[in-house]
Amino acid sequence: MSRNLILGGALTALFLGAAALSFLWTPYDVTALDIPARLQPPGGAHLLGTDHFGRDILSMLMVGARTSIAVALVAVGIGITIGVPLGLAAASRAGGWMDELISRSADLIFAFPSLVIAILITAVFGPGALNAILAIGIFNIPVFARLARGAALSLWTREFILAARVAGKNRTRISAEHILPNIANLLIVQCTIQFSLGILAEAGLSYVGLGAQPPIPSWGRMLADAQTLVSLAPHVALIPGLTIVFMVLGLNLLGDGLRDHFDPRLRVLRT
Amino acid sequence: MTAPLLTIDALSVTIHGKRILDTIDLTIAPGEIVALTGESGSGKSMTALATMGLLPQVAQATGQISLDGTDLLTLPERRLCAVRGNDIGMIFQEPMTALNPVQTIGAQVAETILQHSPRTPRAMARDKAREALHRCGLDLPLTRYPHELSGGQRQRVVIAMAIALRPRLLIADEPTTALDVTTQAQILDLLQDLTRTEGMALMMITHDLAVVANMAHRIAVMQTGRIVESGPTAQVLSQRTHPYTRALFEASDHRPHLPPRPDNGPLLHAQGVTCTYPLPRPGPFAKRPSFTAVRDVSFHIGRGERVGLVGESGCGKSTLTRALLGLTSIAEGTITLGGKAVFTDHRPNLAVRRRIQVVFQDPYGSFNPRHRVARLITEPFHLLPDPPQGTARDTAVAEALTAVGLSPDDAHKHIHAFSGGQRQRLAIARALIIRPDLIVFDEAVSALDVRVRAQILDLMADLSASYGLAYLFISHDLSVVRGVTDRIMVMRAGRIVEKGPTEQVFTAPRHAYTRTLLDAAPHLPASPGGA
Amino acid sequence: MLAYLTRRLTSLILSLIAASAVIFLVVEVAPGDPASYMLGINAQPETVAALRDELGLDQPKIQRYLSWVGGMLTGDFGLSYTYRTPVAEMIATRLWISLPLALYALTLAILLAFPAGLIAAATRGRAPDFGVMAFSQLGVAIPNFWFAMLLVLGFAITWRIFPSGGFPGWDNPLQAIRALTLPAVALALPQAAILARVLRSSLIDTLGEDYIRTARAKGLTRRQTLWRHGVRNALIPVLTIIGLQFSFLIAGGIIIEQVFYLPGLGRLIFQSISQRDLIVVESAVMLLVFAVILVNFLTDLAYALTDPRLRKG
Repeated sequence: MSRNLILGGALTALFLGAAALSFLWTPYDVTALDIPARLQPPGGAHLLGTDHFGRDILSMLMVGARTSIAVALVAVGIGITIGVPLGLAAASRAGGWMDELISRSADLIFAFPSLVIAILITAVFGPGALNAILAIGIFNIPVFARLARGAALSLWTREFILAARVAGKNRTRISAEHILPNIANLLIVQCTIQFSLGILAEAGLSYVGLGAQPPIPSWGRMLADAQTLVSLAPHVALIPGLTIVFMVLGLNLLGDGLRDHFDPRLRVLRT
Repeated sequence: MTAPLLTIDALSVTIHGKRILDTIDLTIAPGEIVALTGESGSGKSMTALATMGLLPQVAQATGQISLDGTDLLTLPERRLCAVRGNDIGMIFQEPMTALNPVQTIGAQVAETILQHSPRTPRAMARDKAREALHRCGLDLPLTRYPHELSGGQRQRVVIAMAIALRPRLLIADEPTTALDVTTQAQILDLLQDLTRTEGMALMMITHDLAVVANMAHRIAVMQTGRIVESGPTAQVLSQRTHPYTRALFEASDHRPHLPPRPDNGPLLHAQGVTCTYPLPRPGPFAKRPSFTAVRDVSFHIGRGERVGLVGESGCGKSTLTRALLGLTSIAEGTITLGGKAVFTDHRPNLAVRRRIQVVFQDPYGSFNPRHRVARLITEPFHLLPDPPQGTARDTAVAEALTAVGLSPDDAHKHIHAFSGGQRQRLAIARALIIRPDLIVFDEAVSALDVRVRAQILDLMADLSASYGLAYLFISHDLSVVRGVTDRIMVMRAGRIVEKGPTEQVFTAPRHAYTRTLLDAAPHLPASPGGA
Repeated sequence: MLAYLTRRLTSLILSLIAASAVIFLVVEVAPGDPASYMLGINAQPETVAALRDELGLDQPKIQRYLSWVGGMLTGDFGLSYTYRTPVAEMIATRLWISLPLALYALTLAILLAFPAGLIAAATRGRAPDFGVMAFSQLGVAIPNFWFAMLLVLGFAITWRIFPSGGFPGWDNPLQAIRALTLPAVALALPQAAILARVLRSSLIDTLGEDYIRTARAKGLTRRQTLWRHGVRNALIPVLTIIGLQFSFLIAGGIIIEQVFYLPGLGRLIFQSISQRDLIVVESAVMLLVFAVILVNFLTDLAYALTDPRLRKG
């Protein structure tokens, strides 16, 4: 086990644990306003201080983690469940019309500036966590489709795949039985990367007010609220920001650690 | 005899505490060709890299490598750079990847010249590069890129780079292994000419004894990091003092005992088979051009008959194999097995497919690394309407493993527990398990060391006797085909140019191309007293 | 080369057609009736009817799509419903902030990433490599808008070296560049981190190739080999990333423009969305997508210049 794997795994587990814990217990009620105790620095009764309404920042971060993680996780799920089968199908008949269609569509989606389209979707269909999931998820589809296609293509030329074809197995079955298990490691590593990108994207969307809506706390909006207070009480901007950094860092380290653990030569997509 | 140019004295190399080379002694005189030979992992390439000062950084070397009195092992990196390319040139096995794809061949040859005398005017460096290419028999524009050249041409470029400054020592690491026989013969001639005309010493590394038998002055045989036998070529060839040398020679021209061919009637018929591939469109709306890989090929294979298919790379033999196996659809013609079509309406016919199986070349790539042996070799059961289950399946696995000389216990192991030769046995077990009438051996012994190759050839002969099996043996290597087939077909540019009984084709070839192939193929001199 | 060029050009045009169709569908078809969407639920029926007339909603959708595309081709992007000014003019003025910002950020990212990636690859597994990798790991994890807030806190509020926001216009180029510096840095850092990583791994891959060994056998030193044979080959995958990044930067400015109150294209899209001015949204998004597709096309051309294997066939 490498250092990356342990550190990344620990950080990720910490955030997942905190989010899970928030369903049962938080230090304070996240919706309770306490104006006299506003903008308290970390330490004291509130471990990470309070915001401009006197809400407990630690509690807000714990509940906010739920939204971030849920949005990013479901978006990765969308990407995998739609993208991987498409990529495998494209690779199984490389050069055919289906491959052409899938590859061109993936290129097209890549050509759309993701954030703009996310904003467009949330604007037309209204802001909220669900539309954020949709907006981020759509852009995960071509990532997984391309990754799966590329990895599968190089496997299709291998002799054990030819042997399976000689054994009379059809392409769908070969994809499921031989290709998928052999690209699973790569997909898992890519998942951690897309997960971390999803966390960042969700933070960005909720920063501009297009993510989860009040009163549900979210990391991005905590930062938006802190923007005008940054010189007055730096901790309201620093702490949520560092939380995002550590969550993303944890996931990326976990991804690197997993990759080194499986096979250091795995090539993931980074954009 | 002239004083040696290169003297390797008690060279030992260890990597991570493992001894890779063990007290190697070797000398090469100017104008002399010395061959280093042995199986993979014997340390031949490592000896070459040590001489170039290009050992991996983790390697530790002791002993002496002196080039004309200078010890290369103790030379600082800066001075080694001045020796490489100038005093010692090196050429490599894989011409397809040895050249930088984004630079012209002229620039790459000129680089050797400019590297060692940076003040050479560009035009003069270009002229010298052109001259070096010319000496290597290549008169192409210097502005060509590597991808525009064939494998043989690229290897000539690599040689031109190595000899541009007329080094005193040339190291050639398996320079012809990746090439076709006719190209191989030309490259070997070129290397011999260069040593003769330029007085250059040549260290020739090869696994193929036949390649060096006709050109090396001396041979050193290596095994697991040691030189076990060395001496003048004629002496090593005739005396074969060391048991390992003897084993190598015997395996090299091994002829398995082929049981007489049963005459049980016809099995496979190919009639007027043509296969085409679509090529990329030249323009967005242009019609897709196509390439005809196999053109109007007709042949038959009888029950229990052993047929060879020989041809150089790109001749269409792989495409033909795929068509026989039902992996590629054919554009024209028919292929029938026992009277039934392999393909009907562009769909493979499973009832026919289960009667043909295949063994591929690469023992490492032909198994899914995630599955165990039992699952791997029973994969063809998928072709049966009613595959055996439970004990019947276990019995079938045990039988197949035993038939190929492995143990039934191996069924539960993972593939990485097996060596290359054992994997090829497993591949044969996989082909055998549904008792096919015909097995296609697609370059099935090409990736193996000679001694393992001999064992697999014996196994094939045994199986053909005990199961009455017919096989189609596809190979680029003529000498191997000769020992294991009744009849051979020679393929060139998509057509079968000659077919006939094996001995007849070898002794009295009718087609000019067959003669070229036979002349180009290197062969060992007959063994003394018959081994 | 000509065949390659025509193939790329065809795919550029097909992409543009597909992209415009998708945008048209999302903006004009998905919300149901665009006119009532733009005016909200409390609108007078007469006003809605007037807008429907102005937008030509009575025409078939195909015809509307064609006249929208035809208008853009002749430079007519329509009239903003909110401001009653030509959309083309609004976009043009905004573009003069967003485009320089993206270029500025890309330049910074490249200037930062290239030395970092080269050093990391050359000192693989040693201290400088670990330093670069740790730094890039951090750079990838930092949300750029938060980094922007930190920059404002440090360089605008505490030290007052750069303005904290706003844009003075290009009349005074120096002031304009000063105003764009913090946004550009905020945008560039995460991109530089990614670029450095890609460059490093691409270089390391290239250094394992056979032709690197050939170059060493010619007598080139390690460093010469890295420069003459490593860098150009390693650049090929890096170009893709740079192409993708430029498109990200053009669009990714949208949030950074919010942080620094820069009146750029992103902010225009944002404002228009909150004002439900679909006419502006549609054209501005199309323009962004066009820029991205164009950059990808240029990346492909750069590819062909770097790699002779692509030029034919």
